[in-house]
Amino acid sequence: MKLSGTEIIVECLKKEKVEVVFGIPGGAIMPLYDTIYQKATFTHILTKHEQGAVHAADGYARATGKVGVCIATSGPGATNLVTGLANAYLDSIPIVAFTGQVISPLIGTDAFQEVDIIGITLPITKNNYLVMDIKDLAPIIKEAFYLARNGRPGPVLIDLPKDIQLAQTEFHYPENYRCSGYQPKWKGNLNQIKKAAQAIQEAKKPIIYGGGGIINANASEELREFVQKTNIPVTTTLMGLGSFPAEHPLSLGMLGMHGSYYANMAISEADLIIALGTRFDDRVTGNAKNFCPQAKFIQVDIDPAEISKIIRVDIPIVGDLKYVLTKLIQLVEPKQEKDWLNRIATLKENNPLKYRKDNHLRPQYIIEKLYELTKGESIIVTDVGQHQMWVAQYYRFGHPRSCISSGGLGTMGFGLPASIGAQIGCPEKRVICIAGDGGFQMNIQELATAIHNKVPLVVLIMNNGYLGMVRQWQELFFGKRYASTSLEGSPDFAQLVQVYGGKGIRVSTIDDFNSALVQALSERQFFLIDCLIPPEENVFPMVAPGEPINKMLGGNES
Amino acid sequence: MKHTIAILVKDHPGVLARVASLFNRRRFNIDSIAAGHSEKKGITRITIVTEGDDNILEQITKQLNKLVDVIRVRDLPKEASVERELALIKVSTKSTDQRTEIMQLVDTFRGHIVDIDKQALTIEVTGTEDKINAKLKLLESFGILEISRTGKIALARGAQRILN
Ligand SMILES: Cc1ncc(C[n+]2csc(CCOP(=O)(O)OP(=O)(O)O)c2C)c(N)n1
Ligand SMILES: [Mg+2]
Repeated sequence: MKLSGTEIIVECLKKEKVEVVFGIPGGAIMPLYDTIYQKATFTHILTKHEQGAVHAADGYARATGKVGVCIATSGPGATNLVTGLANAYLDSIPIVAFTGQVISPLIGTDAFQEVDIIGITLPITKNNYLVMDIKDLAPIIKEAFYLARNGRPGPVLIDLPKDIQLAQTEFHYPENYRCSGYQPKWKGNLNQIKKAAQAIQEAKKPIIYGGGGIINANASEELREFVQKTNIPVTTTLMGLGSFPAEHPLSLGMLGMHGSYYANMAISEADLIIALGTRFDDRVTGNAKNFCPQAKFIQVDIDPAEISKIIRVDIPIVGDLKYVLTKLIQLVEPKQEKDWLNRIATLKENNPLKYRKDNHLRPQYIIEKLYELTKGESIIVTDVGQHQMWVAQYYRFGHPRSCISSGGLGTMGFGLPASIGAQIGCPEKRVICIAGDGGFQMNIQELATAIHNKVPLVVLIMNNGYLGMVRQWQELFFGKRYASTSLEGSPDFAQLVQVYGGKGIRVSTIDDFNSALVQALSERQFFLIDCLIPPEENVFPMVAPGEPINKMLGGNES
Repeated sequence: MKHTIAILVKDHPGVLARVASLFNRRRFNIDSIAAGHSEKKGITRITIVTEGDDNILEQITKQLNKLVDVIRVRDLPKEASVERELALIKVSTKSTDQRTEIMQLVDTFRGHIVDIDKQALTIEVTGTEDKINAKLKLLESFGILEISRTGKIALARGAQRILN
């Protein structure tokens, strides 16, 4: 039997077990929407902006580990996806995006709502496809899902000319697909793994520096087991938060620009750095030339291009982290470096994170309280800015996929739509969105999506009246000249949410906050708490740009 | 240091754009680029001459390998490969004497005259980049009107192939 292009898409999504897609229709994608309306087995969530759709797909993917799917029309619909695709690309998140395109004879003529979305998204997708023959459609969709989820995950875009959507062909979905152009090396080289085991055995001051790759590889259990056996302390990047439980005595929390003082000191003193699924971002290394020159490096990554990209490593291993860690666990002898562990304990004890505890409602307190009430069992989604760093510092993540944050791109406006996706993907979980008063307004239109679809988010706005992170830099590095960082003119978020039909409350004292949070967590509906926090609170400790990471401002006041 | 890289890619529309965009985006430079059919149907061979140290070459190779349309990437070291470039050179001729002089010159450096006109001669030369540059130098004094060069292409010496 012959199927139309759009029927093929719907069938393929069924085969890929897609449960939900996010998107907005428009002229060039109407045939697909018409078929979704009639035949889809999945849910379609209408967002209010395509950026909301792609971030929701992203949040869904991060929370569930499945591929997120979004749809947009040609032209402006497609270009509205760009930020979200770049965001997913930089954080290695699996997404398949479908875009409408003008009919194929009009491609290249600057037709109404025609843009070269393939050209535009070339450097921010793992791969992208313009379907020019209906016969290619099913194999392309198969390949797209394969690429999105295998190896180092990432976003893939499929551009669908309207006439191809309407064309017909026999439907056949390739079951055992083999992609000739992309075969990730899953098994790490055994000799290299043996070398790594040897180096680990010999190291006196080893440390694990873990990233989002641990979460993508679902290797948290293996990591914990490895640490159990070797007693090596663990610090992670923002993307790696949750991959190792913060409450574990060997956890050092996050490292880098706003990492903990003890994490930065520990890695700077280490003689062996075991980099797992992480890419030596400048927010971690500071000036990479000065990053731990004393140490030997082991680097494990599924993407060969990440190996030795920033820092030449001594023992590279290309492979899946779950596989490599399992092998390492078998190969290493139990070990416990007493002196080093004492040093780590002292560093932690003498240099805890700290903030002023007075009667002001401080953001750090808010996060501590949230942790206390949720016991680390929630999914926390952040936006980008100071509040994001406070979450990273003070929320003690215990599980992989419980910290969802825009790391590589640092995309303001990510938080709200990503939490919608996360909550839809994990209906049984408590999802909490923490956003700044600036970034929240960058996709504020998605309040309608959340509330209309009864997505029971708890949203905490860290309302400091500023584009806080930028203001902090202006204070510290630009002579306190607060150029265009005041957010005067923002609405009352609590009232605004009420207009949308959700619950909202504004608080400015510790007591009011406490009772609002207790109430929000006891209910199961959209609940926003607008927290008025001290306007000029700063995130400390901090590594100034260009400095080595063991030179921190506001680190060890004790 | 200069490197010659052979890249086998699927013959898809836009594949050159993908390769070029990668070089551009990662600030790898392209000295020359040449593309054409390979021995296998559906596979295009691209030869790129680029400049960079070993680290850069390693990154270029790894990043290229990540492109789904890229099948193989090989660095072709000068000593272990044959390299050629083709150039068409249009030279102005002002008199019959001059024309004879050019024709003799072309003969000695084993070029070919491929087009003749009252005012101009077009010469085809092949060789390594250096040799072509040397010939261009010889022809300079006659007045070069136009040059078209293919960019370098190369094959590894001996029986080995990139694709098995
Ligand atoms: C889309 C986008 N535009 C600009 C920036 C630069 N930027 C980084 S943090 C920040 C301020 C964020 O302010 P707010 O959302 O209020 O959070 P706060 O830092 O105050 O917690 C800005 C403007 C960005 N990261 N993303
Ligand atoms: Mg703010």
